[in-house]
Amino acid sequence: MSKILEIRNLRKSLNGRAVLRGVNFSVSAGERVVIIGRSGGGKSVLLRHIMGLLPPDAGEVMFQGVNLAALGEEALNPYRRKIGMLFQNGALFDSLSVGDNLAFPLREHGGFSAADIGARVREALEIVDLPGQQQTMPAELSGGMKKRVALARAIISRPVLMLYDEPTTGLDPIVADSINRLIVRLGDRLNMSSIVVTHDMVSACHIADRICQLHEGRIYYEGTPAEVQASRDPVVQKFVRGISEPQDAIV
Amino acid sequence: MLYRSRGAWGQCKFSAAAVTGRKKQALLNQRVALKLLAQGMNMAMENMLAAIGRWLTGGIQSAGAMTLLLVNILRCLVKYPLRWRLFLQQMYLIGLKSQFVMLTTGAFVGAVFAAQVHFQFVRLGMQSAVGPTVSVAMCRELGPVFCCLLLAGRVGAAMAAEISSMKNTEQLDALRALGVYPVEYLAVPRFLAMLVSAPMLTGLVLVVGIACGYLIAVPVLGVDGAYYWDNTVKYTGPRDVLIGLSKGFLFGIIIAVIACYKGFNPSLGTAGVGRTTTEAVVVASLTILISDFFFTFILNSLFLGRV
Ligand SMILES: Nc1ncnc2c1ncn2[C@@H]1O[C@H](COP(=O)(O)OP(=O)(O)OP(=O)(O)O)[C@@H](O)[C@H]1O
Ligand SMILES: [Mg+2]
Repeated sequence: MSKILEIRNLRKSLNGRAVLRGVNFSVSAGERVVIIGRSGGGKSVLLRHIMGLLPPDAGEVMFQGVNLAALGEEALNPYRRKIGMLFQNGALFDSLSVGDNLAFPLREHGGFSAADIGARVREALEIVDLPGQQQTMPAELSGGMKKRVALARAIISRPVLMLYDEPTTGLDPIVADSINRLIVRLGDRLNMSSIVVTHDMVSACHIADRICQLHEGRIYYEGTPAEVQASRDPVVQKFVRGISEPQDAIV
Repeated sequence: MLYRSRGAWGQCKFSAAAVTGRKKQALLNQRVALKLLAQGMNMAMENMLAAIGRWLTGGIQSAGAMTLLLVNILRCLVKYPLRWRLFLQQMYLIGLKSQFVMLTTGAFVGAVFAAQVHFQFVRLGMQSAVGPTVSVAMCRELGPVFCCLLLAGRVGAAMAAEISSMKNTEQLDALRALGVYPVEYLAVPRFLAMLVSAPMLTGLVLVVGIACGYLIAVPVLGVDGAYYWDNTVKYTGPRDVLIGLSKGFLFGIIIAVIACYKGFNPSLGTAGVGRTTTEAVVVASLTILISDFFFTFILNSLFLGRV
């Protein structure tokens, strides 16, 4: 399969701390990759590099054969429109209604009639189980609802690559499961590639073609869900089983 | 102080020996305290010098960055089609919603200035000069400066607060992730609306100020109305009005650029939004007052030939 995204030797220090220390991994067309790792381990930072929101200190982010890391802010925009991103806290535009938030990417990309946009917005809201909320303002939504609207906004323009930063954190198990199904369905139906950051091993095994563990700034382990479950590596084991050791205790 | 009070306290309570012992101790304490104080002052001086240095370099740095932002905004203005909806929205917020504040400002500045000028001029028997004095001062200085200081407080603060809280809640990143350049989406409409509104609001303040000056001087303070108006028209030329409107235009640029710059580069956190807003208003106001001095000379020579 052809690689849609390839990250080579990505390095980044923030506030003098090396957060990414040479990350290498790639995503094929239509593949779903789950990234797991400790809180504060740099997963969100990694996603932000793929979107070109942060410039790397070194390394390459090859998307469809173009090195995004070498492009300037405005030159990135055509590529960014092919990538969707669900931010960890939603990042909805709070001055716009839910409907306008969803319509925003379509209006920006252009080429959609008003009726077309209306239909797509309605459909996207139904997909995330929030039908008829077009007029609601983001401030009136609960945390989980915000996240689902943000998800709808990210997928509405059918990007070829979706980045999900903890899509199911803070949602009830039923909605969480429907989001997981949605991620799988989008991948299968639209051949959308996805990178999903999650802490939830159940979701991870449900979604993933491949699981990557980000540990100490590198991809420490890579494998199918079955391989990860069966792995005897202590670092992987600890994460999969959710075991903390005395030195990990939060004091 | 310490020494004396200790001494007094000692004398009434303890024997002579104890008193001398205490005095010695107090003297020692005082020396240590003085030494510490000197050290502290040294450190304070160093800190202060370092702070001044930081402030200066920081100031030059951000002045440079603001100039770059201005160039960037102008470039985006040419490169991208204008977002009419956002522009009109900003026109509404800046131009229309500021009118009440501007009317009040113009009215009271004009009225109080006319009254003060009248009180002084009447002693020299120059009542008829009150009119032109008020109108020229309103046009050239009071109108644009008062108008734009209030605009910086009202609109500049709102701009800086809005953009900086968008940055804090990752909305700027969301904008970028959706392939929209924030300078083009946020700064350009605000800048343009400010460019159009500031001279218009300045014009409003001028007119209201001059009118209220008349209302105070003529009916209330009893200056001859025909003289007053005749002299006002005679000594106030189009160039005075042009200088006022040009200043409004330039101050508008200053407010928009500083507010957007502070918004895009905020201190982080919720307290950061407050600090950013305050900084935007203070920096914009000071820049207006300082640049007013230079604009005065530049514009004066620029409009010299015209009456
Ligand atoms: N804008 C920033 N400036 C400075 N440091 C940052 C910034 N963003 C993240 N960091 C630091 O980078 C590290 C990784 O952060 P990141 O948000 O990627 O963690 P994460 O793996 O997503 O954690 P979580 O699972 O809790 O979301 C953290 O130590 C954080 O302090
Ligand atoms: Mg994160």
